[in-house]
Amino acid sequence: MLNALGISAMEWFALNPEEWAAVRLSLKVATVATFVSLPIGIATAMLLVRGRFWGRSLLDGIVMLPLILPPVVTGYLLLISFGRRGPIGAFLADYFGIVFSFRWTGAALACGVMGFPLMVRAIRLSIEAVDCRLEEAAGTLGANRAWVFFTVTLPLVVPGIIAGMILCFAKAMGEFGATITFVSNIPGETQTLPSAIYTFTQVPGGDAGAFRLTLISIGIAMTALFASELLARQAKRRLEVA
Amino acid sequence: MKLAVKIRHRLGSFLLDAQFETGGGLVALFGRSGSGKTSVVNIIAGLIRPEHGCISIGDVTLVDTERNLFVPRHRRRIGYVFQESRLFPHLTVRQNLLYGRWFAPKSERREDFDSVVELLGIGGLLGRRPAGLSGGEKQRVAIGRALLSGPRALLMDEPLASLDEARKAEILPYIERLRDHSRLPIIYVSHSIAEVSRLASTVVLLSEGKVVAVGPVSDVMQRLDLFPLTGRAEAGAIIEAIVERHDNDFGLTELSSRAGRWKLARLEAPVGTRIRLRVRARDVVLARSQPSDLSTLNMMAGTVAEISRSDGPIVDVRINCNGEDITARITRYSLDRLSLSPGVPVFALIKSVALERRSLSGPIDALASRAEPEASDS
Repeated sequence: MLNALGISAMEWFALNPEEWAAVRLSLKVATVATFVSLPIGIATAMLLVRGRFWGRSLLDGIVMLPLILPPVVTGYLLLISFGRRGPIGAFLADYFGIVFSFRWTGAALACGVMGFPLMVRAIRLSIEAVDCRLEEAAGTLGANRAWVFFTVTLPLVVPGIIAGMILCFAKAMGEFGATITFVSNIPGETQTLPSAIYTFTQVPGGDAGAFRLTLISIGIAMTALFASELLARQAKRRLEVA
Repeated sequence: MKLAVKIRHRLGSFLLDAQFETGGGLVALFGRSGSGKTSVVNIIAGLIRPEHGCISIGDVTLVDTERNLFVPRHRRRIGYVFQESRLFPHLTVRQNLLYGRWFAPKSERREDFDSVVELLGIGGLLGRRPAGLSGGEKQRVAIGRALLSGPRALLMDEPLASLDEARKAEILPYIERLRDHSRLPIIYVSHSIAEVSRLASTVVLLSEGKVVAVGPVSDVMQRLDLFPLTGRAEAGAIIEAIVERHDNDFGLTELSSRAGRWKLARLEAPVGTRIRLRVRARDVVLARSQPSDLSTLNMMAGTVAEISRSDGPIVDVRINCNGEDITARITRYSLDRLSLSPGVPVFALIKSVALERRSLSGPIDALASRAEPEASDS
């Protein structure tokens, strides 16, 4: 009796192939979005903190825009610029064969754009906290600017980079509005976790599926949070200044 | 190696206008806080670009604004020891020490890692991170890191300022060893007369951004007209002396100098060691005739050489004791009562107890032999 109950509970929790596809796709999209944005995010944060150039506030505003705009607006802007017939989308498709519209790459782009401000913000705060005097010291010891960056600045910014990556990843996992506007909701190609949950809630008898995916979402979010805590604590211990 | 500095640089309302040249040894950039000392070393290190000026070391020109030449800091190879050590927190002590070495050209890696570690006594710290070090340990590692980068010169910006007396006492001997064992020119920024008297061979005295005096440490510290700048309360003479013998019964050490013999509390230095003695002007008593029945052990006969002109209650009197100068700070009333004037024979009395251990330097053999050609010039 108990055994039978256990088995049926297991069956209830088991994901069907379509749900699995949504989980795998979301993880892939979020991972790609995070890692591709990372170098651009570090460069942008560096530019915003250390750069002295005309239009810095403008760049700052543009980077932060997706945080303030309704996600649907961001998605629509992506659609008209990176879509097949959009100026950037057409160029990339013609010359590099990179297509975003209605592909998982488009979902990654939308998630990356939405997570980018959070990543830049975290890294930026961390760069602002770097003691410039250490960089000066490295300079007097013979390190040129590039070496100073890679051997002093970057290692000191690691906690901020970890925080930024986790924030970006979490945002990407949860991104819905911009993604569905830009690349729609195609099972197996652009249907991420939130889109799948949304779809389940729209069909009769979809509650079980929605609930299963919700649990998975919570699980992934908690794991990411714990991982970031752990990594940040480790990095902080290494950098501790007495 | 000769370091020549000539700079004119405006920092807000402050005008730095300094020019000096130094030979080897330890050169102290001395002056009150705000006199522009740190700016001068920052310009030498390449952290500040001067508006006008020329800086060269040996036959290498680092800055020449006339020719629009400015060597960036990472190509100057000037070791810099900062006031706050500035060790890299993400690296171990060993990695910190090797950081500059990695960038130095192979031919310039003159200092041997092991001998630097031994000189500074940091062998036990190599595996640790800066966060776990005491202030004194951090500063020794910082000195090692600068030394190992194969520098042409070493700049030290108040390396002891953030340390307490005990930590200062811990590091001073290492700086003395460094001065005596390496051929590097060292520029040492300080506003402490005790440190400068103990360490420096040459002093560059800065005041309000300008160089007011350059010369051997004893000469500059002796000049009565510079007392307001060298620090009134601590001003005094620097005597070079040799350990003659130890008196075990009373725990005393006897020193000889040109001025005469000195007795003071026992020093842990072998007979024959040359040391520097700083005699503060306010610790010196003057007498017209040789007094007896006095507890004071040190009595130097001399003649009045110079009296500082002052309308205030206090005057400084420079006494020439057989070619060595001792300065006494007395009231103008006493000056009048003893009718002192240049040429008058006097006795200078100094309590042994006033000769602080802190104002004594370690062995200065290497320094003395290097300072000799300078002495014959003057």
